[in-house]
Amino acid sequence: AMDTDLSSQDRKDLDKFIKFFALKTVQVIVQARLGEKICTRSSSSPTGSDWFNLAIKDIPEVTHEAKKALAGQLPAVGRSMCVEISLKTSEGDSMELEIWCLEMNEKCDKEIKVSYTVYNRLSLLLKSLLAITRVTPAYRLSRKQGHEYVILYRIYFGEVQLSGLGEGFQTVRVGTVGTPVGTITLSCAYRINLAFMSTRQFERTPPIMGIIIDHFVDRPYPSSSPMHPCNYRAGEDNGAVYPSVEDSQEVCTTSFSTSPPSQCVFTVTKAHFQTPPPVVTDTLKVPVVGLAFSHQLSSSRLSYQPAALGVGSADMGYPVLFAGGLNAAHPHQLIGPGKEGGVPPAPSQPAHGTQADQERMCTPLDGVHYSAATPSSSEDTETVSNSSEGKCGSPHDLLETIFIRKVGAFVNKPINQVTMANLDIPFAMFAPKNVELEDNDPMVNPPESPETESPLQGSLHSEGSSGSSTGNTHDDFVMIDFKPAFSKDDILPMDLGTFYREFQNPPQLSSLSIDIGAQSMAEDLDSLPEKLAVHEKNVKEFDAFVETLQ
Amino acid sequence: PLSSRCCAPSGAAPAMNCRAEVLEVSVEGRQVEEAMLAVLHTVLLHRSTGKFHYKKEGTYSIGTVGTQDVDCDFIDFAYVRVSSEELDRALRKAVGEFKDALRGSGSDGMGQISLEFYQKKKSRWPFSDECIPWELWTIKVNVVNLANEQERQICREKVGEKLCEKIINIVEVMNRHEYLPKMPTQSEVDNVFDTSLKDVQPYLYKISYQITDSLGTSVTTTMRRLIKDTLAL
Repeated sequence: AMDTDLSSQDRKDLDKFIKFFALKTVQVIVQARLGEKICTRSSSSPTGSDWFNLAIKDIPEVTHEAKKALAGQLPAVGRSMCVEISLKTSEGDSMELEIWCLEMNEKCDKEIKVSYTVYNRLSLLLKSLLAITRVTPAYRLSRKQGHEYVILYRIYFGEVQLSGLGEGFQTVRVGTVGTPVGTITLSCAYRINLAFMSTRQFERTPPIMGIIIDHFVDRPYPSSSPMHPCNYRAGEDNGAVYPSVEDSQEVCTTSFSTSPPSQCVFTVTKAHFQTPPPVVTDTLKVPVVGLAFSHQLSSSRLSYQPAALGVGSADMGYPVLFAGGLNAAHPHQLIGPGKEGGVPPAPSQPAHGTQADQERMCTPLDGVHYSAATPSSSEDTETVSNSSEGKCGSPHDLLETIFIRKVGAFVNKPINQVTMANLDIPFAMFAPKNVELEDNDPMVNPPESPETESPLQGSLHSEGSSGSSTGNTHDDFVMIDFKPAFSKDDILPMDLGTFYREFQNPPQLSSLSIDIGAQSMAEDLDSLPEKLAVHEKNVKEFDAFVETLQ
Repeated sequence: PLSSRCCAPSGAAPAMNCRAEVLEVSVEGRQVEEAMLAVLHTVLLHRSTGKFHYKKEGTYSIGTVGTQDVDCDFIDFAYVRVSSEELDRALRKAVGEFKDALRGSGSDGMGQISLEFYQKKKSRWPFSDECIPWELWTIKVNVVNLANEQERQICREKVGEKLCEKIINIVEVMNRHEYLPKMPTQSEVDNVFDTSLKDVQPYLYKISYQITDSLGTSVTTTMRRLIKDTLAL
């Protein structure tokens, strides 16, 4: 009896709206947890492909996962679509942060016009979702991800499970839209008990090398957290080892991290590998050189424990950020927004009548224009710019550069060793080869600029590899994507980076050399009594001055 | 929570109720602009559509609204705004004037900025067109002075948290799906929407502000019309 009032065309439209609304909801949520600013263009000409008149990109893997979870069904009573956002540390600890729920209840609004009011209200609800995804605590956590932790998502369909959020979780309602078949509600339940995971804890550790990275600096890729090693060590035993801050400074890899690398050692058990253990942070259900992660969701600190293969995929969270283009071998890995699986078919747009009472059909325009990023060739040097000028470029779509990008600066592996062949094994490029820590210490021996140029570094090395510093050069070291704080790719051709590299190892000051130093020191010592006498005479002035500072 | 009431529109035909929402924030001087922009942009995100393109037989298609993240420099906060440079410029101009007025003499650091959505009702000559507000957002601002860096750091975080609450409040109001102007015909579209922007189409709006002096009375009321059609005979 519920459907008798709804024409079959309306019913079809409504189902389609709900389906695409669900897919767009997932996109908005996942993209809001990628760790970087999102920017899409407004377009005054209707393109026929932007659902709900909003420019929301479709990351193919995310759509794929969402469709898989929905399995052709739509949210209905008792069958909700949930997007679970969780955090996973480099030690392997996981914690659920948020559950976004798209639910349907039985309260129907028979009078409402499907292809007019419902559509517009769904559009409004998506805008609300855009706004709300930035105000829950997980947003700030996700903007700082990369080294100590990554943010993962998981989509499931069925009953909402909130037990993983800890005690006292809070709920925020994004909104509701009544339809003739039920009321759609969108809400978020989020953890507030972030006991062992406070962002403040990360901020207190001092940055490496005195460079404070503005973590809002634009990056050409979404923050590649699962692939972004802050540092690694060879020959470590089970992963419960945490270097102190001093230790990590010694090895000092990517100083350009958004959070201090003090605890980002990813190690695996040696016994499982013939080769030196790769450093991985793997949350995917993929065989990683005979290794799998145990997916522990408790909040206690666990030492890393390799577990048997075959952890159920339903339990695994998928990194929000792509792990590179291993699409064929590892279907659960995200490719990244640059790779589109093809242009989606143009959905038919709803009717917009000028009279609210009547519905007219509005035909979609020809030529599906997809405003999302398009795959780019290696000649494309455009980088994604999220500047407030509203420019939106396309992320690169190069597998090579993806992996190069992931490898931190100062890592002891030349670019040309990172080849497609190595990409069979996820994160394999992080496998240290013949690392000798002292020799490779970039603090002592600064890295050389890369020999090959990738488009990502086009702006960085526009004058060629000019950045080699004085001192010992290390062929093994590769400077990659040096991003000095506050500099933007799209404004300057990274002069700051070139400048920095050139001058980061200046020759010794002459005054610091022993002979001259000793001389001036002796002179200084001799003149001390005089100076002291003068100061004592003026002690009142000094005191007054100090008073003014209080 | 927002205090919400319906009020008769000022000086215009009383036929319609105008819902009014009031938000209050306490911020440091340098945070005023970003806080105001965050709120105004969030409201306008919900109150803007794509450009309408009318075709024959009264049908129309709607353009696409892009969005982008904005990070605040003086507040631990980020928000989403519509991707429209024209709109951003217009808001920045108004907020800049408000901030200057707040800083100016006679101000105690208290003031309010209002965003009003209205419809135009054309009248026959010699009567001028009426502006009938249907939604009014008022942000009351209290500027605080902080003594040291530690307090400023705390203020960054606290104001960030407060703004998160405000965003949630705004979304709550938007979700009530209360009165919205009917979708207009082509001849009526300028009575409902601001069609002067090239990439998006917000509902007709105007921004005004008031500064309170230390006596608690308003000394300056400035109306700024930010749409083309400003001169009524």
